[in-house]
Amino acid sequence: MVDPVLSAVREYCLLAWMWIRSSMVYRTSFVTMAVGQFLITMLDFLAILVMFSNVEVLGGFGLGQVAFLYGVSGFCLGAADLLVGNVERLGRRIRDGSLDAMLIRPVPTLIQVCADEFQLRRVGRLAQACMVLGLGSTTAGIDWSPGDAGLLALTLLSGTAIFCSVFIVFASFQFITQDASEVANAFTYGGNTLTQYPLTIFPKEIIKAVTFIIPLAFVNWYPCLHILGRPDPLDLPGWTQFVSPLVATVSAAVTGCVWRLGIRNYRSTGS
Amino acid sequence: MISRLMLYAVVAKLSFQRFSTYRAATAAGVFTNTVFGVIISYTYIALWRQHPMLGGYDQADALTYAWLGQSLLMTVALFGGGFQDELAERVRKGDIAIDLYRPVHVQTWWLVADLGRAAFQLLARGIPPTLFGAFLFHLRFPSSPLTWIWFLVSVFLAVLVSFGYRYLVALSAFWLVDSRGVDYLVGVSAMFMSGMTLPIVVFPGWLAGVAHGLPFAATIQAPIDVFLGVHTGADLAASMAVQAGWAAVLLAVGHVVTGLATRKVVVAGG
Repeated sequence: MVDPVLSAVREYCLLAWMWIRSSMVYRTSFVTMAVGQFLITMLDFLAILVMFSNVEVLGGFGLGQVAFLYGVSGFCLGAADLLVGNVERLGRRIRDGSLDAMLIRPVPTLIQVCADEFQLRRVGRLAQACMVLGLGSTTAGIDWSPGDAGLLALTLLSGTAIFCSVFIVFASFQFITQDASEVANAFTYGGNTLTQYPLTIFPKEIIKAVTFIIPLAFVNWYPCLHILGRPDPLDLPGWTQFVSPLVATVSAAVTGCVWRLGIRNYRSTGS
Repeated sequence: MISRLMLYAVVAKLSFQRFSTYRAATAAGVFTNTVFGVIISYTYIALWRQHPMLGGYDQADALTYAWLGQSLLMTVALFGGGFQDELAERVRKGDIAIDLYRPVHVQTWWLVADLGRAAFQLLARGIPPTLFGAFLFHLRFPSSPLTWIWFLVSVFLAVLVSFGYRYLVALSAFWLVDSRGVDYLVGVSAMFMSGMTLPIVVFPGWLAGVAHGLPFAATIQAPIDVFLGVHTGADLAASMAVQAGWAAVLLAVGHVVTGLATRKVVVAGG
């Protein structure tokens, strides 16, 4: 059980490392793009700053607290985008036949699809999220305890796993329709936009949907409620604030099944 | 002259048909626009509940703004989806030499093709999200048919402005070879400075000043303000004159740069 997982991680790293080295050949281009990504996501946060230049609180949350939510969500999306974001090119690979070549290589197909053309410049987005998270952590009025710090670390890991699952599950739909890659954006980038804000601004139906159907609320909302010491608008039991790792594990298992189902039913388009 | 016009009409029509082929992609795009429309609507509701007349909009105006933004996003090709990748790719690969050889004006060719694309996106990617939005929220539609006409004129001008700067981005490939970095940076600035992320009317003064000094405001904020009936009479004329002015300047610069770029082309036989 452990061996195939370790070798898959090793293979992923080897492939990613190859692409990192190749991108380093054009160092200026790499730096420009990474800085560009940083600035771009900064503009995204600027929108929230502009909102707070007009109001004191949004959905009952102050700027520091929203920055904290934003930082956690942004980190998880950024890390997932870096690790598996390229899976969205699946449709293109099916169309041009490059997926077929991957199927006969002795490396798991999912690893190849995610690691191929690995783009290290996406750390720009991650760096921005870390900065906002740092800002939020210090200005949200959190009384940090070792337990909170541990919960935050676990949340960042689980949230990344949840976003990775969302990326892969919705990319798997491209086994059915190769053109519909944009549907995934509604849940990945859309999910990121949704969880940047306190969920209190949304109707209860939406909060329930992102709790029970697509578990985006476990990326940041429930654990952050605990760290920020805020009441849960749905009044769910307190343990929901600690189950993100479990939700992430279940998501990953479901994702594995969906991906396998897709690969098993895949039929090459021919040459 | 007539045959030239016929040719351009055919190019625009074929471009329209070309984009209409990808039905699944269009449906997927409408779905994504709708999801974002819902998310943005609730953030606006949270803002306008505290400030009922923020930026001179009431809540119905703000929600209409959110949905029209989603509907116009693809029409003005704010963040990708336009012709510029294709043109830049032709410059990089050298296929542009064939385009220059053709007995048509390169800039006009790409402009009419982009107009065909924009017409398709306005119908297919513009109308469905607006209808969804109107079904879910209370939106404000123009009461006078004249406003609808001015809105369409304003959208047309918005597409001209957007074509104007995207054409320049694509031509930068003549000098940079790889124009994707520029394309990306311009796309992102456009997303923010056009008022797509947040209406420019809620920007603090200095930032609104920056936004109004750039052409991007003519692509989203301007047509939506026409739709909402923010401007009347001379104000309306002035707002469209600003759009037309940007379009004229950008197209003229594009024309000059086309000439400069053409002189740079070296065809290396083969």
